[in-house]
Amino acid sequence: MTELTLTPNIDSADDFYADLLAAHEGLSKAESDAFNARLILVLANHIGDRSVLSAAIEAARRKG
Amino acid sequence: MNKIFEVPLYAYERSPDQDAPTPVRHPVIVIGAGPIGLAAAIDLAQNDTPVVVLDDNDKVSFGSRAICFAKRPLEILDRLGCGHEMVEKGVEWDLGKVFFDDRQVYEFDLLPEEGHEFPAFINLQQYYFEEYLVNRVRALQAQGKPIEIRGKNKVEAIGTHDDHVTLEVQTPEDSYVIEADWLIACDGANSPTRRMLGLDFVGRVFEDNFLIADVIMEADFPTERWFWFDPPFNRGQSALLHKQPDGVWRIDLQLGWDIDKEEEKKPENVIPRLKAMLGEDVEFELEWVSIYTFQCRRMEEFRHGRVIFAGDAAHQVSPFGARGANSGLQDTDNLIWKLQLVMDDKAPESLLDSYDIERIHGADENILNSTRSTDFITPKSEISRTLRDAVLDLAEEYQFARPLVNSGRLSVPCTYDGSPLNTADALEQGPARTRPGSPCPDVPLGDGFLLPKLAGKFTLLTIDAEAPDSFEESGIEVTRLALSVKDDKTLALKQRYLGAAPSAVYLIRPDQHVAARRESWNENIFRAALRRATGQEQQK
Repeated sequence: MTELTLTPNIDSADDFYADLLAAHEGLSKAESDAFNARLILVLANHIGDRSVLSAAIEAARRKG
Repeated sequence: MNKIFEVPLYAYERSPDQDAPTPVRHPVIVIGAGPIGLAAAIDLAQNDTPVVVLDDNDKVSFGSRAICFAKRPLEILDRLGCGHEMVEKGVEWDLGKVFFDDRQVYEFDLLPEEGHEFPAFINLQQYYFEEYLVNRVRALQAQGKPIEIRGKNKVEAIGTHDDHVTLEVQTPEDSYVIEADWLIACDGANSPTRRMLGLDFVGRVFEDNFLIADVIMEADFPTERWFWFDPPFNRGQSALLHKQPDGVWRIDLQLGWDIDKEEEKKPENVIPRLKAMLGEDVEFELEWVSIYTFQCRRMEEFRHGRVIFAGDAAHQVSPFGARGANSGLQDTDNLIWKLQLVMDDKAPESLLDSYDIERIHGADENILNSTRSTDFITPKSEISRTLRDAVLDLAEEYQFARPLVNSGRLSVPCTYDGSPLNTADALEQGPARTRPGSPCPDVPLGDGFLLPKLAGKFTLLTIDAEAPDSFEESGIEVTRLALSVKDDKTLALKQRYLGAAPSAVYLIRPDQHVAARRESWNENIFRAALRRATGQEQQK
């Protein structure tokens, strides 16, 4: 079982963040929400491991 | 209008009980001549337990209602003597298509496994289903079996006692009182029995309305289940199209919560909706229209002393997944053999507690699945809809999202994991699908199929293993069915019952669920397993 990674793990974090913002550029609120939903599902499937996904949901909830 | 709705199927006739000086006591009374009540009664009468069915009506149910019947209930119906008629009349289907907006995003094939006598699913109107069950009742009567249906017999009051139940029954002529040692209430989701006994029925209400219509048409639509999310002809809502016998098509249209039900049911409002869906040029005739809302809920306990609840009276689910009638038939399948052993003093009354445990497990599984389907089909918040639409959008493009599409998780038989009747699995490397608690999967045998040979009694199934031809324990007879993989041309027996084990001995319950299994015969162990499966011994 893998642990949820909560320490820095993204190469070139600033570039990723810029990509994320760029993907939302020109989208309406509804389109952005739909994009985010699709992205979450794509990432969740890549992770796959249910225990990691549960830990991720919990980590996001704690800061919500 | 279809004639079947108008002709009384079990017309009122005066019973001698109405003129008896003191109330007549019956061993078992069933309330409700719907699919579940009739199945319960047939099961009892086949084994010579006298049973009286009371129904406040005298005809089949109006409209198609329950239409999707799954393999396991068909196997149960075969044990009750009418599975084949249902399959012959019914429409078999394997393929489901899912549409989002104006495009197909996904299709699924039920991919029925080879080597089963019965198909994965058939569609059949509930009125045919009930008619075939009543035909079976008539055939049993002709054989002298003790079964009776009393139409237009409405139960008005119920008195419960330690060892019997008293019923006050209203007929078109007068009212009378009868008694029963046991009462089985199969009187539907609005169960008057439940209400008369003041029992709970809690759960979740879904704030939505569905228009359900049966139309008769000659159409080119294939024999597939078509499900639409947010189609152009029903914006923001869902729709379902499914074929039934006789050129009748079932259409379900989600309407939302804030509607005028009486207005929406009028043909002048229904027909334009259907034309928008089917096309302006398609000619059809409207046979039945209804508007329903649904709830997912169950009783806290299904057994209350001498009164036992089954089917929708005990638990209710949304229609997505065909888990209503299908689970009700599994209720009575589970109940009747236990009740007969208790009535014959071959098992303690506490055996009936296992009905509660096993079928509440089944009901909870159905409620969970049906609730999740409903949440997907009818999202109740903006974010819920956004996520749902994201799944559908992705499903069109990417395979990974398709298992998340939930247009109904179709009924599968319940495995009674953790049941007190199970003996711990002792077949090393045995297949998981036949672990104790599982319903036995069918297997082709040279001269037919396995399941009919396991019906209605305890069986010791041996596969390349020695065992006595029969044994008796606490007055219960167990007979052996000896099979060998040498005769197993399709390898289904090996795959479904042996796995990597060289041999196996299974103790199988009268409802075709596995009670115990191990590699070889051991008298003490199987005697203990039988006592355990009949509520006479707790696991050490």
